[in-house]
Amino acid sequence: MINTEISHSFKERLLITSRYTWPIAALVLLLVFNVLMDASFLNIHFDHGRFYGNPIDILHRSAPVALLAIGMTVVIATGGIDLSVGAVMAIAGAVCANLLVATDASLFTVLAIGIASGVLCGLINGGLVSYMGIQPIIATLLLMVTGRGIAQLLNDGQIVTFQHAGFSFLGSGTLLGIPVSIWLVLAVFSISQLLLRRTALGLFVEAVGCNASASRYLGINDRTVKLMAYMLTGFCAALAGMISAADIQGSDANNVGLWLELDAILAVVLGGAALSGGRFSIPLSLLGVLIIQTLNTTIMVSGMPSKLNLLIKAIAVVLVLLLQSDTFRKQISGLAGRWRHS
Amino acid sequence: MQDQQQEQHALFELSNISKAFPGVKALDTVDFRLFPGEVHALLGENGAGKSTLVKIMTGVLAKDSGCIQLQQQEIHPSNTAEAQQLGIAPVYQEVNLLPNLSVAHNLFLGREPTRFGCIRWQQMAEDARQLLTRFKLDIDVTESLSQYSVAVQQLIAIARGVAMNAKVLVLDEPTASLDSSEVEILFDILRQLKSEGIGMLFITHFLEQVYQISDRITVLRSGKLIGEYLTTDLPRSRLIEAMLGQELQQVTAQPVRTDAAQAEALLTVTEASVAHSVDKVSLTVNKGEAVGMAGLLGSGRTEVCRALFGIDTLKSGEIKMREQVITLNQSADAMQQGIALCPEDRKTDGIIGPLSIRENIALALQVQAGWWRYIAPDQQRTLANQYIESFNIATPNAEKPIEELSGGNQQKVILARWLATRPQLLILDEPTRGIDIGAHAEIIKLIKSLCDEGMSLLVASSELEELVAFANRVVVMRDHRKVAELQGAELTAQSIMHSIAEV
Repeated sequence: MINTEISHSFKERLLITSRYTWPIAALVLLLVFNVLMDASFLNIHFDHGRFYGNPIDILHRSAPVALLAIGMTVVIATGGIDLSVGAVMAIAGAVCANLLVATDASLFTVLAIGIASGVLCGLINGGLVSYMGIQPIIATLLLMVTGRGIAQLLNDGQIVTFQHAGFSFLGSGTLLGIPVSIWLVLAVFSISQLLLRRTALGLFVEAVGCNASASRYLGINDRTVKLMAYMLTGFCAALAGMISAADIQGSDANNVGLWLELDAILAVVLGGAALSGGRFSIPLSLLGVLIIQTLNTTIMVSGMPSKLNLLIKAIAVVLVLLLQSDTFRKQISGLAGRWRHS
Repeated sequence: MQDQQQEQHALFELSNISKAFPGVKALDTVDFRLFPGEVHALLGENGAGKSTLVKIMTGVLAKDSGCIQLQQQEIHPSNTAEAQQLGIAPVYQEVNLLPNLSVAHNLFLGREPTRFGCIRWQQMAEDARQLLTRFKLDIDVTESLSQYSVAVQQLIAIARGVAMNAKVLVLDEPTASLDSSEVEILFDILRQLKSEGIGMLFITHFLEQVYQISDRITVLRSGKLIGEYLTTDLPRSRLIEAMLGQELQQVTAQPVRTDAAQAEALLTVTEASVAHSVDKVSLTVNKGEAVGMAGLLGSGRTEVCRALFGIDTLKSGEIKMREQVITLNQSADAMQQGIALCPEDRKTDGIIGPLSIRENIALALQVQAGWWRYIAPDQQRTLANQYIESFNIATPNAEKPIEELSGGNQQKVILARWLATRPQLLILDEPTRGIDIGAHAEIIKLIKSLCDEGMSLLVASSELEELVAFANRVVVMRDHRKVAELQGAELTAQSIMHSIAEV
């Protein structure tokens, strides 16, 4: 009797852990691996008014996906998905590049119009999903495909390059020694966290994602909630696209943000969110982003043959997802239990 | 006929079937038998256990205990395919038809005539045509099924069952989407199948059809067998009595009722109609009064509740709150008027499953306050703990997801959610549906105490004893219309039942 109680509590301890445990464990594991490979991996040094080092590099490179993941977390929480974010990045980048090249609009105007193009895309996605009743995966697939085409049209099929110190600051500038892109992620994260967790919006998003019908009976306008979520991803994608364009001082409609929607979705899932909607956590999704980007950097600096990159990434992701799975952990603990008994 | 059948062995017999779900006993030692060549109606209100019984006999659900016999052989169907092999064919079109395949393919799906591993399409079409002549159905069998009306699809489903040598046809609401001439065609075919010795189980909520086609009736209520009757021996009023659970002699004590005539009207509904579901219904709820709404499933009582909460919009008529005409386009409009609704289908429209008790209780109040005036988790917890204590909600703490509670406790949480908004009119649609006996009494006590505190209530229920116990007046619905309004001395379970049954 006592014996079973002990094994029960052992099982419980293995199963009921904080939602942060496994993503953090995965990230720490990756970092430890890197430090073992290269003791100086985590070193940061200060040079010419700017910090350098792998950690800063990882944060800087993960900025676009981090922005996408913030929006994607909320859309997934409402029970939807947004496949178009990569294409929206291309659109926003193309809009800004062309404005910089062809007009003498002020920096503020360029930024505002760039952001507005993304929000408009979100409005279209959200409208199709919540007012036309089109399945999110289909509705956003439309813009995923056409969006890149629109960006190519804007660029007339070329890579549009520009010279604009102010705009480039978004991609390569620093504030207090830290890249602007990191500050932007921090700002968007703080504002969205404030809006979603210090008001009732986050609760409404979760309610709609868990049960849209019951939410309607509660007087929550589920359509508006969904529409706003897609507008948020549009906003985040536009900002990500502008950072990417500023980084390379040009708009490459074919390649910017390519497949990043999948990285963003992966990050949300690595953070432990269910694709069926409901509970969400932006900090956890950002942990997911860090895991993905650290993995990318690890593969790059470890000098493994580049043809193995995708395979290694896939294996690592599967491992992290398995660690997150209750079913898998139950089976493992069951196996461990059987092994101890025999 | 009766004698003949008693000598005969039952074709299909379920005995002592029990099935429990977490928190609810869905079936409690239920018997059911079906003789060859009869149509046997299985009746009961929602939650009586009909669909659970059907799922057990067609292999969708496993029974907890009991015995299923087909032609005196015990059988253990573990899925629908197995049940069909044995000769038990479920006829609900969404289960076994594929609308994008041809009629012929639907009829022979899974056992297509083949030669060298290839389907012989010509042969299949020919077989299909032959089969359908038995049903006097002259249609192009190579067209896809979705081209045809629901009635034809229904017949195809039956034909498919017959072609598979079904001995038992399970017809679950086969007439729900048919018009009256289509129902006649269907019934002709059922009569023909009767003469061929096939046993048919017929579930419907149209009582006139029960009397038109069935030979025998089994009534379930709250998971228990109430009785098996010959249709000719069971008048309509006794059938309804059996379904709703009313012993006529046992009328509960009269509650103290306020004089409704002196009271001030809170809600006035005038000739309200909703497309296809409510037809010119008028009713009044006075301040501090509890009004009941009785009627069978599909009578329009749920639809009235939905319209009063802005879920369905009115086609015509008007709704007044405190003498002011109001327009309800969404539930937020109704909430603004101080109206609250505990919906009939708690699982889909009431609870937000994965969220905690705390959040489920605070949500309505939060919606009312607006998103920018956040009720912090601590305040939510204080609010929730108050109700957990006063309503005696069985949970270790307020953080438990509501989906893990039993039906009765979920209902208490939903009640708490709305009471927290201090509504002026509380609408309860089937507040005791799917709730086990113990919690049932608690919910009734809660509603009674709300009445005593002067809350204005509109309660739709198929439990007449409950209505009589606390309602000042009862509105009776039938066929989308209001057919009676009973109060004072006329208000007895018997009179409600008579109005429902139209006698």
